[in-house]
Amino acid sequence: MNSTPIDFFPIVIQFFVAAGFVGITMFATHFIGPKLNTRKKLKPFESGVQSVGNARQPFAIKYFLTAILFVLFDVEVIFLYPYAVNFLELGMSGLITMLLFMGLLLCGLIYVIRSGALDWE
Amino acid sequence: MILSIYNFTLLTDKIHSFLSAHMSEEFVLTTELVLIGLLIVTFVAVLAMVLIYTERKVAAYMQLREGPNRVGIYGTGQVVADVLKLVLKEGITPNGADKLMFNLAPYIVLSTCIMALAPIAFGNGLVLWDLNIGVLYITSITSLGVIGILIAGWSSNNKYSMLGAMRSGAQIVSYELSAGLCIISIVVLAGSMQMSEIVNSQADGWWIFKGHLPVIVAFIIFIIAATAELNRAPFDLAEAESELTAGFHTEYSGMKFAMFFLAEYINMFVLCAMAATLFLGGWMPFHIGHWTTFNNVMDYIPSPLWFLGKTFFIIFIIMWFRWTFPRLRVDQLLDLEWKYLLPISMINLLMIALMNILGWHF
Repeated sequence: MNSTPIDFFPIVIQFFVAAGFVGITMFATHFIGPKLNTRKKLKPFESGVQSVGNARQPFAIKYFLTAILFVLFDVEVIFLYPYAVNFLELGMSGLITMLLFMGLLLCGLIYVIRSGALDWE
Repeated sequence: MILSIYNFTLLTDKIHSFLSAHMSEEFVLTTELVLIGLLIVTFVAVLAMVLIYTERKVAAYMQLREGPNRVGIYGTGQVVADVLKLVLKEGITPNGADKLMFNLAPYIVLSTCIMALAPIAFGNGLVLWDLNIGVLYITSITSLGVIGILIAGWSSNNKYSMLGAMRSGAQIVSYELSAGLCIISIVVLAGSMQMSEIVNSQADGWWIFKGHLPVIVAFIIFIIAATAELNRAPFDLAEAESELTAGFHTEYSGMKFAMFFLAEYINMFVLCAMAATLFLGGWMPFHIGHWTTFNNVMDYIPSPLWFLGKTFFIIFIIMWFRWTFPRLRVDQLLDLEWKYLLPISMINLLMIALMNILGWHF
């Protein structure tokens, strides 16, 4: 399963195809459509109500907490990938190690839930 | 066992040798790259049109109405007409928007999901790039899309967009965890992250049949997580028409809007193709034990048809959800993930590991 950097060359091609496709369509359609810009049209759309102030305001901290928790648990998921591939060679001892790892993480999740970090009042 | 009488490696080899006979080596490479690029672009465009048509027809029949039926035969021309209309529309960049970010967002969202198409095995030997870390590549690339959504919401300078982007970000990010764990449970069973090897490991039966209850649980969790990652009903509160008009793409119009629309459908295809490959055997035909005649008849159906059939079946289920369940609230949505799906999928993964190490599956 050894791989050299050249094996990942298709990622570059795929990237250029994707970026080229999106870029060309956006560039082409930029010239096709009409361009009649009026002051009213360029206002932010808020269902016909006069918009007040800036939209980039502070938002609920819960979203931030979710993102932080995601980072923690996503790292855990990444750790699981190499284990999953080499799982049969590692055998029972590997499984017990993994049980410990997952058990600690579950304890962490239970702590997060019990401490109310995920409660929206 | 013959797994499919149509082996596409023969076809690709033939094209390669045909080209090599007529041109120099560098030119062959270039031609093949151009061909592949054209294939991807055509596939993406056709796929999005088919999916939009399917979506509208499914929605219509679930509500006892006809759906698009005027343009073309059975309304098939409707999608082409819509695309033409979107191309001819004006793309507005609102005054308050951050110009660079506003135009960059649809770019990121669409190009990431086109990139995720690369390692999907469409048929026997019919794969763009059989990468040895296939599923990891798909999960990592699709999760980049959320950055585009957040950029779109922030740069629009619109309260609805901002709220929609925040909700969508939290939702995609959370459900990615349990989707990832369900993917890992199949990697444990198949022992590889390569798409072709995962498909080959299901030659004697799809994982959903030979994996007992834990794999069925993983499949259900994966479908729920995929629906949530796609921001589709019942988890569509990122776009919730009645409260946020259109969520993060409220301010987008013309082709920029079409990019988000296209990305949504390509993403749906990618995730459903993942589900079909991991749990329903990819392009493997349906076999029953020792019914040799039945199995041989099944082998005559070409492998891409099997793959697309399974994928569209899962897509149909996801469309069905939309007209069956009411929309959740944001706290209910995050509760469902963090308090139920995540612990269940963690324990489920351990169950699958134990099952595999004791050799309990067929």
